[in-house]
Amino acid sequence: MNKIFLLALPLAMTVGGCGSSSDPSLDQTGANPDLPGQNDALLPAMEIPTPVGWNGELPTVPDGFTITPIAENLKIPRQLLILPNGDILVAEGSGGKAPKVRPKDVIAGWIKGQGKSPVEGGDRLTLLRDTDGDGQTDLQTTFAEGLDAPYGLEFVDGSIFVANQGNLVRFEYTDGMIQASGPPIEVTKLPAVINHHWTKAMTASSNGSKLYVGIGSNSNVGERGMDVEEDRAVIWEIDPETGASRIFASGLRNPTALAINPWTDALWTVVNERDELGPQLVPDYMTSVKEGAFYGWPYSYYGQHVDPRIQPQRPDLVQKAIRPDYALGSHVAALGLSFATSGGLGGRFTEGAFVGQHGSWNRKDPSGYRVVFVPFKNGRPSGKPIDVATGFLKDGYARGRPVGVAYDRERRALFIADDVSNTVWRIDPTVTTEPQATEPIRRSNSD
Amino acid sequence: MDHTVNLQKQPFTNPLHAIVLAFPVALYPSAWLADIAYYNTAVIQWTNFASWLIAGADLFAGILLLFAVLGLFFGHARHARGRGLLYLIVVAVMFATGVVNAFHHARDGWHSVGMTGLVLSAACTVLALIAAVIAYGSIKHREERP
Repeated sequence: MNKIFLLALPLAMTVGGCGSSSDPSLDQTGANPDLPGQNDALLPAMEIPTPVGWNGELPTVPDGFTITPIAENLKIPRQLLILPNGDILVAEGSGGKAPKVRPKDVIAGWIKGQGKSPVEGGDRLTLLRDTDGDGQTDLQTTFAEGLDAPYGLEFVDGSIFVANQGNLVRFEYTDGMIQASGPPIEVTKLPAVINHHWTKAMTASSNGSKLYVGIGSNSNVGERGMDVEEDRAVIWEIDPETGASRIFASGLRNPTALAINPWTDALWTVVNERDELGPQLVPDYMTSVKEGAFYGWPYSYYGQHVDPRIQPQRPDLVQKAIRPDYALGSHVAALGLSFATSGGLGGRFTEGAFVGQHGSWNRKDPSGYRVVFVPFKNGRPSGKPIDVATGFLKDGYARGRPVGVAYDRERRALFIADDVSNTVWRIDPTVTTEPQATEPIRRSNSD
Repeated sequence: MDHTVNLQKQPFTNPLHAIVLAFPVALYPSAWLADIAYYNTAVIQWTNFASWLIAGADLFAGILLLFAVLGLFFGHARHARGRGLLYLIVVAVMFATGVVNAFHHARDGWHSVGMTGLVLSAACTVLALIAAVIAYGSIKHREERP
């Protein structure tokens, strides 16, 4: 009798441990997200949609907009840079060589790999040129190759800066170039030990005198030990002339995209928060980055919500931790950030930030897998996210996964890198003139 | 005496079975010790050690479970069904607890061990030792001759 009970107990625990589901009534976007209790399930939810590609179909965009592929057959496109002459650079590659230190790393790594493109990362920059202004790419060529998982891109006064996973390099650039004139010059090494989170996002201050590089943590929540978190989960400020660097802000678990807020000139970032506390913890966020500030990781999230998985705890740091500005939703995996000014794409997309969301793995009901627009007013978020491009997930399969986004002010277009279908998408407003007295569509009561 | 009573000592396990059993006996207590070290020091490498030790112990515990089932029908143990059944139950509970423990240790950081992890590893240790006592003890097989 007792023995049967003993036998049944672990099985019951196993079954009970994986049954945590989301509460749709929780509002997890905006300045004050609902944060449920922690649920560190025995079997963390893993829902990895299998990649299938688009097969000629297109992502869904709102009425009044069109979307077209402008580059295909890329090798894991991540971030985009619009050059002064309108050419687009695409950083392609896959980084991270984190050793597998636990059986879990082997198993979870294999499962997560099922959601990725089988294509090997290109470790290169591809240049896209639209010669005749019809929105289609007329020239697709390799600008530079032999890089090491390039991700962050920035242009400052005759130089293209590229943040590889292990160093920051610079190419000389003159208008109209289609190929780098030589090998890049190293500006500085970047923290590269383990590189659990390998992406090095980058932007430049508005006057170009400083570069900012996001350096993700080396673990989910310090489970590789805090020794390897030196200079991780931080944003570096780098002098592009000398390569001198300092920590600008810390406690940012994985700052995957950086951009300068065009209204305030402040540095903004999107950050991927921690996993395995339940399907609705912890919301990824977008925030202004205050100099010298600590944002909590790994000791706490959203201010003073302590994460018990890190020992010894640091109440002194938790007390200092500041709340981010704007939640994007749990596990959406925001990887792209680009601000729209001077009218933006028009309609509801005139002033705000485009955010590319790669999509979740750590919840049964997938989140993300879309590009959203967060409206801004007076340089601050002023409303709920609005869908810009969806349909990346269909019938449980991933047709694509958005990464970097780039808004092009000159052409009033938004570009999206998709690292599952290896495509760059372009979104344009279809109507450029004010619609003339269109009859409002009368909705039936059932709506 | 009008008949001979011959008490023959025969092993409960065959050599291969005995070797497989040696792994949980060695690895679960090692994992438990590593857990104790992590619980006392919060040095992350101890929980990494425990994870691998438990994974290895679980693998062999699974093979052992097969031996325990087969033992009911083949080999010397079939003459000692009661003991064979007890052995099967102990091994099965050990394996199930070990699998739960492996998932528990897959949690991140401090949550990978804690009091639950210590208790699970201790339970696996005790069950492995009980299984060993049952298996390595010999069967007294009473053979009656006319």
